[in-house]
Amino acid sequence: MATRKFQIYRGDNEKGEMVNFETEVMEGMVVLDVIHKIQAEQANDLAIRWNCKAGKCGSCSMEINGKPKLSCMTRMNEYKPDETTTITPMKTFPVIKDLVCDVSWNYTQNKRIKPVKLAPESKTEKGYVMYQKDVDRAQEFRKCIECYLCQNVCHVLRDHDKKDSFVGPRFMIRVASLEMHPLDIEDRIPELKNDFGSGLCNITKCCTDVCPEHIHITDNGIIPLKERVIDRFYDPVTILGRKIFGVRKKKLPPLNP
Amino acid sequence: MLDISEIKTIEHDVLIVGAGGAGLSAAIEASGRGMSTGIVMKSLLGKAHTVMAEGGMAAALGNVDERDHWKIHFRDTMRGGKFLNDWRMAELHAKLAPERVLLLEEWGAVFDRTKKGLINQRNFGGHRYPRLAHVGDRTGLEMIRTLQDHGIHQGIETYMECTALDILKNEKGEVCGVVCMWRETGTFIIFKAKSIILATGGGGRAWDVTANSWEYTGDGYALAYEAGAELMDLEFNQFHPTGMMWPLSVKGILVTESVRGEGGILLNSEGTRFMFNYIPDRFRSETADTQEEAARWLAGDPKARRPPELLTRDVVARAINAEVKAGRGSKHGGAYLNIATERSAEDIKKKLPSMYHQFKVLAELDITKEAMEVGPTCHYFMGGIRVDADTTMSSVPGLFACGECAAGMHGANRLGGNSLSDLLVFGYLAGKNASEFAKSKSGHSKIDEEQASKIIRNATNILNREAGANPYLLHEQLEQNMQVNVGIIRVKEELETGIERLEKLKEDYKTVKAKGSSQFNPGWHEALGLRNLLITAEAVARAAILREESRGAHTRSDFPDELKEWLNFNIISRKGLDGNMELVKVKRPVPNPELVRIAESTIEDLENEIVEERKQTNT
Ligand SMILES: Cc1cc2nc3c(=O)[nH]c(=O)nc-3n(C[C@H](O)[C@H](O)[C@H](O)COP(=O)(O)OP(=O)(O)OC[C@H]3O[C@@H](n4cnc5c(N)ncnc54)[C@H](O)[C@@H]3O)c2cc1C
Ligand code: SF4
Ligand code: SF4
Ligand code: FES
Repeated sequence: MATRKFQIYRGDNEKGEMVNFETEVMEGMVVLDVIHKIQAEQANDLAIRWNCKAGKCGSCSMEINGKPKLSCMTRMNEYKPDETTTITPMKTFPVIKDLVCDVSWNYTQNKRIKPVKLAPESKTEKGYVMYQKDVDRAQEFRKCIECYLCQNVCHVLRDHDKKDSFVGPRFMIRVASLEMHPLDIEDRIPELKNDFGSGLCNITKCCTDVCPEHIHITDNGIIPLKERVIDRFYDPVTILGRKIFGVRKKKLPPLNP
Repeated sequence: MLDISEIKTIEHDVLIVGAGGAGLSAAIEASGRGMSTGIVMKSLLGKAHTVMAEGGMAAALGNVDERDHWKIHFRDTMRGGKFLNDWRMAELHAKLAPERVLLLEEWGAVFDRTKKGLINQRNFGGHRYPRLAHVGDRTGLEMIRTLQDHGIHQGIETYMECTALDILKNEKGEVCGVVCMWRETGTFIIFKAKSIILATGGGGRAWDVTANSWEYTGDGYALAYEAGAELMDLEFNQFHPTGMMWPLSVKGILVTESVRGEGGILLNSEGTRFMFNYIPDRFRSETADTQEEAARWLAGDPKARRPPELLTRDVVARAINAEVKAGRGSKHGGAYLNIATERSAEDIKKKLPSMYHQFKVLAELDITKEAMEVGPTCHYFMGGIRVDADTTMSSVPGLFACGECAAGMHGANRLGGNSLSDLLVFGYLAGKNASEFAKSKSGHSKIDEEQASKIIRNATNILNREAGANPYLLHEQLEQNMQVNVGIIRVKEELETGIERLEKLKEDYKTVKAKGSSQFNPGWHEALGLRNLLITAEAVARAAILREESRGAHTRSDFPDELKEWLNFNIISRKGLDGNMELVKVKRPVPNPELVRIAESTIEDLENEIVEERKQTNT
């Protein structure tokens, strides 16, 4: 047990300051525990979000020493005992109060994505037929806990504030989870290019680096989607093929293994 | 004086409080029936407790073992609940769960697959066959995301970070609205509604060691109670046998039962696999009695019986407790749970990825190499708002309840996996029946300003007081009190002390003071939740004292046996005319004899009966 120093942002979007706190840190504590302790003992109205305290809900995102992280999964022993830990809200979204941001923009992006539509041929009385190897990829993307840390670091949103033209990595992989669902027959490629801004991502992979679920956002999600856009809109051979045969249908998994 | 006309009012046919699996299922059903549907929640959309569920949802799909059938699921549920379950609810649940799970797949859920390409199912405590449809150990996330993504395209209005404070009623005694508070700004809003569905989850924050989040302050119980509804079976609080023990700051966080479902074993400090010594008579004929047989079961031998680690949660939690008491506990006062010796590292990482991650980060422990330390943690409320099984309506007209905040389905002890399926089934039924109720009303009732301003004043007084008790400290005292006096093993004297302390805390609460302004003020939110938690805790403690027997999750050391006579009663709490809590022992209705026959048949008879039935329908 030792007394350690913290600087925590207090304020809203217009004005605020870094406030100093000191508190006892015990073995095993994570940053969220520290904030709770300060909240209970010194600053009852310090605003934060959290729910599960186990890295499952994606509520407690913030920046710790400038690094975007889940505070419930960041152990205090990652930092030197004599250093001051700074805790600030995510930078890309407007601050409501202290460590709480307005993330409502993300919810509006999700609404723009066409919902799943499954191939009726694959339905049996025991449910839809698809195999584990077919669903591995979609399942990887569906691990997303919507912490928005990737949205927070993506420079298109963070530095260039292009929220009106790019949905961000979280929603790129949401589209990927649908496009790569083995039975989905909806087509989202045109809006991916025209509305969701797939061209704005220049594959810096910062999103992948911060993802607490270790989703390969860029390699497995965004890059394949970009390739589909290129195939559809820029590749003369496939464009010609499509003129003759129409958009190629997905090959569905067989009903019997 | 407060001017109610200045407060914003929004109208919906059906208003749902709570956006977990139950609330979202209800909202989808109601809006699908053409109702203008609103849903309020304390957190952001997709963050409700349901997101944390790990192991899976139980439904007799029979994808892994074809012998499964709703009757067997029903029998398992009743036996797990020590026959105190509402018979009709358990029947509806077992019958409807498969179709609701398939619907979830239709809406985009991507479950793990069997070799034949169907939804895979895993073993869990108390379930005769592999029955839990799952996605690794993040099934709840899959459920909530699927419902959320489906719901937003259906025109449901969502109100995030909006706390329901209390329910409004009209002169006929029907519900007609809810007063809520925006957490962000601290301003109030009134929702008018023709019917209201409570889907607020449980109240596990009343204990110190808990797997529950800040949201679990029993709001639904308290709102219903204040509105005149009845609470039932609140003495049945499930302590999950395997919560994390160390480090202290993560004590109580859940270790999914899937660890045992996938073969994990429990050991004491002497290295003994102690569960073999705790097999209750009722389960003896269906449980392995040697390590050798347990190993064959894990290897897939259909003739072998299940290992004792997969006995129901009440049994396992008590066994760990007894081992610790006998001086054979683990280093930090629990038991060792080992999967490393039973499964390959690769299997563990594939089947239990989030457990692997959780221990690696939070405890710096590699579960593919070392044993985990686990002990009981408060997990789930079997009791809750008393509802009609078919309609899910409470005793207050127009007030419905579903999910963890409703009572009946799970009796004295819930089987793992039966909650997520419960959310789908009863969420759907609540949405359907609340829509019917709303359709029978021609318009909205007028809001009684007196009622509304009283609710708002109660909330603002906490901020406006000059000085008073710190809500965080009161909450801590409540947790300690419940942990020590109303814990896993209960006894009259302690329960009485517990109630005395609760009375004192209720007094202190009258002067609770939150510092700071009304904007996103966690201290104020804590104080508001505390009112609800105190009502919940009192109902638990008072019911626990009344029930002089041990059944399922309710264990009395002064009445250690399950008593036949008590099987005939439920304990109900409600607000008396004098404003104090009133407890009544009510006789349970006579069950359908066919259901009794199914629940009481031997497993062999029931399985033969199903085989015969299937032959009949096939010819
Ligand atoms: C760690 C963990 C693992 C679990 N694993 C499993 C499992 O594998 N299988 C299984 O079947 N069960 C499992 N359970 C149990 C199961 O997850 C829960 O019982 C279930 O999710 C409850 O769902 P619900 O819809 O009733 O409530 P919740 O999902 O808890 O939702 C409650 C909602 O009500 C809202 N709310 C509450 N009060 C208010 C208020 N005053 N105003 C406005 N909104 C309010 C909340 O914001 C939230 O949106 C697990 C539980 C835990 C804690
Ligand atoms: S890889 Fe693309 S989406 Fe990810 S951070 Fe970089 S620009 Fe943004
Ligand atoms: S993709 Fe990863 S970083 Fe982005 S929101 Fe999802 S979990 Fe968070
Ligand atoms: S609190 Fe849920 S991810 Fe941190």
